[in-house]
Amino acid sequence: MAERVVENLNQALHALLADDPGLTLLGEDVVDPYGGAFKVTRGLSTRWPDRVRSTPLSEGGIVGVAGGLALAGQSAIVEIMFSDFVALAFDQILNFASKSTAMYGRRVPIRLVVRCPTGGNRGYGPTHSQSPQKHFVGIPGLSLHEVSPFHDNRTVLAGMLATGRPGLLFEDKVLYTTRMYADGVVDELFRYDLIGPDADVARIWVDDPGQADCVLVVPGGLAARAVSVARELLLRDDIVCQVLVPSRLWPVDADTLLPPIARAGRVVVAEESTAGGTWGAELAHVVHQRLWGALRAPVRLVHSADSVIPTAAHLERTVLVQDADIHRAVKEVVSGD
Amino acid sequence: MTATRTEAPPTAPTRLADVDLDLLLLIRHFELSLLDMFGRGELHGTTHTCLGQEYVPVALRPLLTDGDFVFSNHRGHGHYLARFDDPHGLLAEVMGREGAVCHGVGGSQHILRDRYLSTGVQGESAPVAAGVALHLKRAEPGRLALVYLGDGTWGEGAVYEALNMAALWGLPLLLVVENNGIAQSTPTTAQLAGSIGGRARAFGVDHLRVTSTDTAVVRSALGPVLRRVRERCTPYVVELLTHRVGPHSKGDDNRRPDELAYAKAHDWYARYAEAYPEQFTAHDERQRAYVAQVVREVTGRPASRWAEADRG
Repeated sequence: MAERVVENLNQALHALLADDPGLTLLGEDVVDPYGGAFKVTRGLSTRWPDRVRSTPLSEGGIVGVAGGLALAGQSAIVEIMFSDFVALAFDQILNFASKSTAMYGRRVPIRLVVRCPTGGNRGYGPTHSQSPQKHFVGIPGLSLHEVSPFHDNRTVLAGMLATGRPGLLFEDKVLYTTRMYADGVVDELFRYDLIGPDADVARIWVDDPGQADCVLVVPGGLAARAVSVARELLLRDDIVCQVLVPSRLWPVDADTLLPPIARAGRVVVAEESTAGGTWGAELAHVVHQRLWGALRAPVRLVHSADSVIPTAAHLERTVLVQDADIHRAVKEVVSGD
Repeated sequence: MTATRTEAPPTAPTRLADVDLDLLLLIRHFELSLLDMFGRGELHGTTHTCLGQEYVPVALRPLLTDGDFVFSNHRGHGHYLARFDDPHGLLAEVMGREGAVCHGVGGSQHILRDRYLSTGVQGESAPVAAGVALHLKRAEPGRLALVYLGDGTWGEGAVYEALNMAALWGLPLLLVVENNGIAQSTPTTAQLAGSIGGRARAFGVDHLRVTSTDTAVVRSALGPVLRRVRERCTPYVVELLTHRVGPHSKGDDNRRPDELAYAKAHDWYARYAEAYPEQFTAHDERQRAYVAQVVREVTGRPASRWAEADRG
């Protein structure tokens, strides 16, 4: 059986620290025996006590220190305990790390990744459940990635550091305990492969990768949910839905995402973010601009409600995007023409 | 612990070596020229001059090595000129002319050259410098990261997060506070509770307060501090009580006449002129003429270009 996502991430960090003696990992409560709030950093500080540090509760300060290490030519990975708290590091990300790559009139490499455990469905309440990706969309010099069960995190993290641009890696908290997919197999019906020049986009299909009634684009945190919706659509509604999961959310890899969307002519973009100024809206803009003539329906967006995220499970469900919402959206888009 | 130096306003400043006097005067005339050019509408945007504070980076200059990192702020022209002796590159940066240090992208307050960096958000550099100091401690022991801060910067939480980590981790981080008694238009007494020394002490970080504006006195006070930061790998806060003789930016000065007179009375420039007229007059004339020539030369250059490959 394939490893769990949290194990894959943990092994990725072990490998990166082993490969690069100039890499430092910083975060709150990341050292052993605790090993991080979600145990992603377990074992790292025992092997590299000097390069894996637990820090004070100072998200802005930690990301600043990491930016300083990167400025000095080193690499740094920061763990933010809950991605809600990355708000406290916004200045360092917006005004230092990302700007420094260009604002001095020449390219300055900043090898920095900020890891952000993200999302709801765990009953942690309004300030521990958010999906803050949208707040970082469109910052020059900053890339946004999201962990998925299809993308090996060693490749993703090494790739992010190699760009010399700072990046945020969002990690859906529910995903941690689920298993990675392996060998191109999702289940007895669905297959997957990684497409695009950097094998950045996971494509999940049934029967024929060139054929679909609708394309469903989701970030990694929704990948498993999207696959289960696609399965239901196939079995219950006879709708063939192809799922695309880009590892890099921003900048959008339009060249890889657009051809399958153009072929299907119908697309739904789903994400857990609350309404307003979403990643999906940006993606929809690109699709409308480049594929207007090829679309059989406008891009359909699915996201959580315009609301704080409640704690109690029965209330949380009324706000966060549900499988049924995605299912309904695809059905409406497919039957709408 | 906190130490205080309370020299009375010196009636007779120490006579300086020509090289120090030239640098003080270069910075003074550079800043005066910028204000002139703004007044004539020849400059675009904004600038913050360090008139009255020139002696701080001049005092520090021989105490720093090329291996040390210097983090400057919005009021950084003196810091830059003391490190690089490059008025052409700096003016070209401010004006967006060919030969600009950062191709005119950064302007007056965003400059990166070798191990010198300035940026425009208050306090943001302190944790960054702590990160650099962490690297220096591990890879280049004996070197330090210096951050210039103003008194107003102590309103920013980033400073305390950096101080905390620097103290916990034993980082060679030197905070140089140019306390000019006014944050843009707000007097320090209205924006800073307690004291900078008390705040440093709260983190167990040593603090030295220097009231002299005499380059030689300041330098001899700071020498042992920098040695200590290097040798013991420890943070330190140096607070220089200084005097902003000019406006915050360009003509935005609401201070009362008596407050302005007080700042002017502490200005090293007039006091030095009075104490050593012969040395002063010759060097003052030379630097004034030199800066005028820099202005003419740089003004005549074509606009800077930002190549596609340099855009990050």
